[in-house]
Amino acid sequence: MNIRVRINGAAREDEVEPRLLLVHYLRDVAGLTGTHIGCETSICGACTVLMNGEAVKSCTLLAVQADGAEITTIEGLTAEDGRLHPLQQGFWEEHGLQCGFCTPGMILAAHQLLSRNPRPSRSEIRRALEGNLCRCTGYQHIVKAIEWAAEKMGGSTS
Amino acid sequence: MSVKLLGERIKRKEDPRLIQGRGHYVDDLPLCNMLYLAFVRSPHAHAQIKSIQLEEARKMPGVGAIYTGKDLDGRLGLIPCAAGIEGLKIPDHPCLALGRVRYVGEPVAVVVANNRYQAADAAAKVEVDYNALPAVVDMDRAVAPSSPLVHESLGDNMAFVAKLEGGDWKAVEADASVKVLKQRLVNQRLAPLSMETRGVVASYSPGEDTLTVWSSTQIPHLLKTQLAVMTGTDEARVRVIAPEVGGAFGSKLNVYAEEGVACFVSRQFGQPVKWIESRRENLMATIHGRDQIDDLEIYYRPDGKVVGLKCRILADLGAYHQLLTPAIPTLTALMILGSYNIPAVFVETKGLFTNKMATDAYRGAGRPEATYIIERVMDLVALELKLDPVEIRLKNFPPPGKDIVLATGVSYDTDNYQKTLKKVLTLSSYKKLRREQARLRKKGKYLGIGLSTYVEICAMGPSSRMPAGGWESGTVRVEPTGKVTVLSGTSPHGQGEETSFAQIVAEELGVPYDDVTVYHGDTNQVPMGIGTFGSRTTAVGGTAIYLATQRIKRKMARLAAHKLGVKPGEMVFRDGKVEREDGSKSMKFAEVVGEAYFAKQLPSGVEPGLVENFVFEPPNYTYPFGAHVAVVEVDGETGEVSLRNYYAVDDCGRILNPMLVDGQIHGGLAQGIGQALWEEHVYDENGQLLTGTLMDCAVPKAHQLCWFETANTETRTPVNPLGVKGVGEAGTIGSTPAIVNAVIDALQPFGARHLDMPLKPEKVWRILKQGPAQAA
Repeated sequence: MNIRVRINGAAREDEVEPRLLLVHYLRDVAGLTGTHIGCETSICGACTVLMNGEAVKSCTLLAVQADGAEITTIEGLTAEDGRLHPLQQGFWEEHGLQCGFCTPGMILAAHQLLSRNPRPSRSEIRRALEGNLCRCTGYQHIVKAIEWAAEKMGGSTS
Repeated sequence: MSVKLLGERIKRKEDPRLIQGRGHYVDDLPLCNMLYLAFVRSPHAHAQIKSIQLEEARKMPGVGAIYTGKDLDGRLGLIPCAAGIEGLKIPDHPCLALGRVRYVGEPVAVVVANNRYQAADAAAKVEVDYNALPAVVDMDRAVAPSSPLVHESLGDNMAFVAKLEGGDWKAVEADASVKVLKQRLVNQRLAPLSMETRGVVASYSPGEDTLTVWSSTQIPHLLKTQLAVMTGTDEARVRVIAPEVGGAFGSKLNVYAEEGVACFVSRQFGQPVKWIESRRENLMATIHGRDQIDDLEIYYRPDGKVVGLKCRILADLGAYHQLLTPAIPTLTALMILGSYNIPAVFVETKGLFTNKMATDAYRGAGRPEATYIIERVMDLVALELKLDPVEIRLKNFPPPGKDIVLATGVSYDTDNYQKTLKKVLTLSSYKKLRREQARLRKKGKYLGIGLSTYVEICAMGPSSRMPAGGWESGTVRVEPTGKVTVLSGTSPHGQGEETSFAQIVAEELGVPYDDVTVYHGDTNQVPMGIGTFGSRTTAVGGTAIYLATQRIKRKMARLAAHKLGVKPGEMVFRDGKVEREDGSKSMKFAEVVGEAYFAKQLPSGVEPGLVENFVFEPPNYTYPFGAHVAVVEVDGETGEVSLRNYYAVDDCGRILNPMLVDGQIHGGLAQGIGQALWEEHVYDENGQLLTGTLMDCAVPKAHQLCWFETANTETRTPVNPLGVKGVGEAGTIGSTPAIVNAVIDALQPFGARHLDMPLKPEKVWRILKQGPAQAA
C-alpha cells in the first residue's frame, strides 16, 4: 500500500506491506533508529513517538495507519542548528538516563505531558509516565529532568 | 592538579548521542545483505522430540535454510559453564535441543530468511511432534527419589551439594541460654528484564576469513573466546563488539545459544545474520535471577546476641547451566552473615535441576539472597525478644574498624556499620517515625518502618577466586595531537564509565575533560578484558586506567625533565602543562607529546610514542556497606502496600561522581523494591511460564515509587589506589529486606511474623482478615 507521511518535517511517500508496523517503518524504511522496540505490546513505551502531536506507541500501530500523519521522533527534537530541546537538555543535566534505551520514548511521553500541563507536579509527572518503563534509573532523575525542562520552557511548550 | 574532576558532579559523555536517538544498539546496525533468524521454541517444559517437519516452512517466501539440533550436532560447540564447584554435574547444553526439550522456550530449530517477517512466518510453519513428559518444577519434590529427572543420565536432579561450616558450634550447644528459631524463606524467581532485549549480529567474511559479532553483551572479550571455541574459528580472526547495550543487570553476562547459532549461520552463508530477541523470548529464554528456598535455624541468646546460623539452601538452577548458574547460590553462602559477627555458621547449598530456564547472575547475584536471609534473621529475633530492630543490629555488629575473620572465612576490607546506621537513623528521623507509628496505630492506620544494614561483596575480584580471571585491563594513549584515548576491558552499559574514566585521566594528566575519549566493548580495539559485572567496572577497570595513566605520567615526566634539565620526580601535571611545582621550568603538555612522537631527542632507552597498558589484579574483593530505612503504609482494608519514604545511606568507598552514584543507587532500589512488593516470575505445576508477557510482569512504574533520600559515608577501601568499592548492586541488595521488614512491622498489630515475597495485597489482606493479634 502507498502511504504519505511527514516525519520530523520531511515528506515521504512509500510503498509498504499492510502488516508493516509503524515502528519498523520508522526504523527500517525511514532509517530512524532512535525509536526503540522494547516489548511489541505497547506496555514499555520505548517506541513512543508523536503522531499529529499525540504520544503513540509505534509498535502497535501499522504504518498504514500513519498515512497522512505528521510524525515526530526523537531525531526530530533537536533543532536544525543542533540546539537540544529543553527535554533532551534536562535529561542530560539531571542524569535522566543510564542505558538510554527507554529515553527517546520517555522524552516524547514527557513532551506530550508538558504540552498539556506545562507545570506538572512530581506526582503528575510520575502518573504521566505510566506507559513508559525504565529499568535503570528508578525514575527519580527522570522526574527531575522533566521538572528542569518545564522550568526552562517557562510554562509553555514550543 | 588545578582542574578538580574527581568527586564532582560531571555530566555524562554518553548522553548527547543517547538523548538524540543517535546511539547504535545492535538492532540499529545497518549492514548489507542481512539475513534474519527466527527460533522455533519448545512449548513444553519437558518432552521428547519425536519428529520435526520442515517441508511447509521451507516453501515459505524468503527462506534460506532451516537448521535443527541434529544439523548442528558436532558442528557447533556446547554452551559453556565456567563455574568451578567440586563435584558439579554439567549436562550437555547444545545450542539447539537434541532429542529432548527441558524448558519452555528452549530453541529447537532456527529459520534463516531475508527479513524478520519472513523468518517469523516460516518459523510458525515448522511442525514439531512432541511426546510430553512429566516436568520437574517444585524444588522440594525435585529432591525426592520418586521425582522425574531433568537429565536421566545424571541419576538425580542434584547438580551439586556444597557445605560451608565454621566457628565453634560446641560452644553454641553448650550454652543453655541459647534458643532456636526456625523459619523458611522463599526468594522468588525474577526476570532481569533489561529494556533492550538480547540481540546479535554475526558477520562472517569469507574473503578475509574473519568473524565479526555485535552482541548486546556485558563480556565481549570472554564471548569472543567462547564463540571462537564453539564455532571452531581461529580466535585471532574473531572480533566481538558490544555496541550500545540497553541495560543488562547480569542477564547479558553470558554466552547464549542464539549467539552461537548466529555465528554458525553466518559462516554457512558468508552473509551477516541478525537475531533480535522478542520480549516474549526474553522472558522465557534469557536467564532468570534468584529462586531459592532457605530453611533457617537461628541460635540466639536472650540478650539478642545471635550466636549461630544454620541454613539449608535449595537453589533452582533450571534445566541447564548457563555461564555462572551454579556459582550464584554459593555467593549466598559466602555472604550469609552479612554485617554481623555471628560466631558459628553452617550452610548447605543444594543446586537443583528443574524444567525451567536457567537462573544466573541478576543484579546482586546471590548476595541479595544472603542479605535478605540475614536481615530477616535480625528482625525475627528482635520480634521474638521484643527488641527494636536498631538495638538487635547494634548488639551483633562487630566493633568498627577491626579486622575480623567471620565464621564463613570472609574478612571485610573496611567496616563501620555503626556509622551508616547512625546516619540513616538521623536522616529518617527514626525516633519520630516510631512515635508517629504508635499514634497512627491507635487510629487503625498501619505504618511500617523497616531497616536493613547490609554488606556486600564487590569489585569482582581476585583471579584466584574467579572462574575466568578477575583482573582488568586499561590502556591510555596520548595521541600526537595531545588528545587522549582510553581503552577499557570493562563493558559498561548505562553505568556511565565513559564519564568517570575520563574524569580520572583528565584530572591526572591535567588536560581538559573534553580532550579524553573512552572506548570499550570492541575486542579489536581493546587488547584484553573481562567485562562489566559484580560492581567491578570502576573499582577494577578504573584502577587499571588510573595505573596506566601513572605510567604515561612517568614517561612524560621523564621526557619533560630531559628537555628541561631537571629531575623527573619534580614534574607535576596541571593546566595543560608539565612543570615544576614552582612553575620555574615548564613545558606545554602538547610539547611533551611532540617529544614522544617526533622522537628526536629521547632519553636513552625510552621508546617513541605514548601508549601504556596496565592490567590490574585486585588483591581482594571490596565490601561496600550501608543502612537503609523504608517507610510503608498498609491499607487496612485492601492490604495494598504503598511506599511512603525511603532513606539510603551507602558507603561505596570514594565517590568519583556523586550524580552517577545516586543513579546507581536509585535504579538498584527500584529493582530491590520491585522484588519485595511486586515482581515474581512464575511457572505453573507443569512448568508453563505464567508471566510470559510484559503485561504479566510487575516492573516498577514511576508512580509506584517514592522520593529516595540518599546519603553516603566514604570509607576508602585499601584494596585499590582509588579507594573505590563499587555501587552497582548496593541499592538492590539493601532494599529488599528493608521493605519486607517494614511491611511485617506494619502488620505487628495482627501478629505477623513472616510473609514471603512479593508482598502483594492479597497476601497482606489475608493477615489483616485474621484480625488483631491477642498479644500484639
